[in-house]
Amino acid sequence: MIFAIPLAWLQLKRETIRLLVAIAGISFAVILMFLQLGFQDALFESAITFHKNLKGDIFIISSQSTALIAMENFPERRLYQTYGVPGIKNVSPMYIGFGTWKNPFWEGLPKSQTRQLMVTGVNPSDDVLDIPGFTVQARNEIRLEDRLLFDSKSREEFGPIAQKFPEYQAKGELIRTEISNKQVKIAGLVELGASFGADGNVITSDDNFRRIFDQRQKGDINVGIIQLEPGTDVLKTLDTLKATMPGSLRVNPKLTPEQAREDFIIGDVRILSKKGFINVELKYWQEGTAIGFIFGLGVAIGFIVGIVIVYQILYTDVTDHLAEYATLKAMGYKNRYLLKVVFQEAMILAVMGFIPGYLLSSGMYVLTRNATALPVGMTTSRGVFVFCLAVIMCLISGIIAVRKVQDADPADIF
Amino acid sequence: MTEPIIAIDKVNHYFGKGNLRKQILFEVTTTVDPGEVVIMTGPSGSGKTTLLTLIGALRSTQEGSMKVLGQELRNAAEGQLVGLRRNVGYIFQAHNLLNSLTAKQNVMMSLELHDQITPTEAKEMAEGMLEAVGLQERMNYYPDELSGGQKQRVAIARALVSNPKLVLADEPTAALDKKSGRDVVEIMRNLAKERGSAVVLVTHDNRILDVADRLIHMEDGRLESYDLDQEPAPEKAIALG
Ligand SMILES: Nc1ncnc2c1ncn2[C@@H]1O[C@H](COP(=O)(O)OP(=O)(O)O)[C@@H](O)[C@H]1O
Ligand SMILES: [Mg+2]
Repeated sequence: MIFAIPLAWLQLKRETIRLLVAIAGISFAVILMFLQLGFQDALFESAITFHKNLKGDIFIISSQSTALIAMENFPERRLYQTYGVPGIKNVSPMYIGFGTWKNPFWEGLPKSQTRQLMVTGVNPSDDVLDIPGFTVQARNEIRLEDRLLFDSKSREEFGPIAQKFPEYQAKGELIRTEISNKQVKIAGLVELGASFGADGNVITSDDNFRRIFDQRQKGDINVGIIQLEPGTDVLKTLDTLKATMPGSLRVNPKLTPEQAREDFIIGDVRILSKKGFINVELKYWQEGTAIGFIFGLGVAIGFIVGIVIVYQILYTDVTDHLAEYATLKAMGYKNRYLLKVVFQEAMILAVMGFIPGYLLSSGMYVLTRNATALPVGMTTSRGVFVFCLAVIMCLISGIIAVRKVQDADPADIF
Repeated sequence: MTEPIIAIDKVNHYFGKGNLRKQILFEVTTTVDPGEVVIMTGPSGSGKTTLLTLIGALRSTQEGSMKVLGQELRNAAEGQLVGLRRNVGYIFQAHNLLNSLTAKQNVMMSLELHDQITPTEAKEMAEGMLEAVGLQERMNYYPDELSGGQKQRVAIARALVSNPKLVLADEPTAALDKKSGRDVVEIMRNLAKERGSAVVLVTHDNRILDVADRLIHMEDGRLESYDLDQEPAPEKAIALG
């Protein structure tokens, strides 16, 4: 009948202020960990939003390309070489470039406000993007000269385009501005979302793209999108491409055989499944930048702050109760009972600190999502992960603090 | 002849190591019979507390023989010492109650150690015991809401609730005024007598010597014994108070 009197809980409850401080401290650590992990996931997620919204099964990029912000060109003919392969329904070239956008509604002095944004050129006959607003009608609009579609989820520094658009439309006019000093008109709105590499997006036709980026040779594309007939086996098609595409085959030796089926290089191009294409981008941000390290450091700091706080609380608590613990030992309680009390206190603190930390973090995610347009939100797996971190944090503190219990000597109490 | 509750034979005890090693108890020899109430007096620093901690298995016996409840404590394993502690009631100078627990929960703590007692029984026993020490109105009070005398009565209830064969008390009235000190000792004595528990009580207070069946006196680590039924307490013992 060890639990008839829940001593751990009664002791914590008796010191209300200390308990509240402990809960606040642990919540703080939990929030810190949640925010770091949440932002990291959001940045990685935002980096691949574009890829996820592409309507394609197999992608071809230059073997030199590392990420959307660093896309090299490759000849369009490499894409058309895939045509004979059974199962391929359609192929479509895509152009990607970064241009300087002028905010058309900027009223400040003296210069107009400019900002970099990502310009995507597509074949208007092909439905290659799965995003709201990218309709047949919108695609027909961008066939016209200098017309493009603006991403209404772009950061607000690009100007209140989305707000003003209906106004202009009602008047039968189009918002006019410049990209890299070339005149453009906004013919419609789409929803894509800002990413880590691009604060804003516009989508236009391949012809309009080459008008903006007039250095670009015709036929020099960035992404080749291959759509398969429904029911076609993607991996088998990739195997066929691997065997039939002209050029020498190279595979990253670090890839597993399964991964190598979805990611290989033939001559000057890299052929990828959708998953493989997404992984290329993720890998660039995770391994090619310090982002993972910085956020990992943030999580570690939260973790350590948590350990220190819980340790302080538990140590003070044990010290305060040392005479009482000695009394319990004199009454015949074993050391084990006292260790259990300390660890129970640690676990209670972990749970009680996690709950408000979780709720506040969820709220902060919403605030951040609204303020930054980054896709940040609470996920079950992250919740479970941080809860485990909080428990481990409190257990480590408990292990350090519990040594103090050995100091309780029943011979000292008379 | 019944076997004594405590049989101490030529117990020596030392504190410190090497050059600092100092003998505190010298060939202490005595016995306490079941149900006997023994008061130990003696000047401060004479070794009374040390002897009590040896009897209570809170400290290891170094030399001589220390038999408590029929068990030899010298060279006994830690597990045996812990087991013995569960069968001894302790009352300390400072009440040493657990501040986070109510009076009733404090008393129940000493029953939690006995697996055969269910929580409901423990609750009833604790309530009965607190009633016996006159605290029926204060069962759900926390220690800091009780007076010194009330706290010490909770401590008595805690020590006696599991019906130990032996109760050890070290100056339980030291922190109390005369009236409540006397009350506490009388309650303790009466309850111990009812249950047949032997009591070893260390005190400075000569006003309570009359509750004892026998008086032992400690002087510089040596023990003298007087039987109060045969002769009056000697001047030396009484003068100490
Ligand atoms: N843990 C200890 N270490 C060293 N010396 C001690 C310790 N405990 C008590 N003593 C010494 O032993 C002697 C007897 O102490 P104690 O048994 O507490 O006496 P009393 O209870 O009769 O006042 C004192 O001289 C005291 O200083
Ligand atoms: Mg003493």
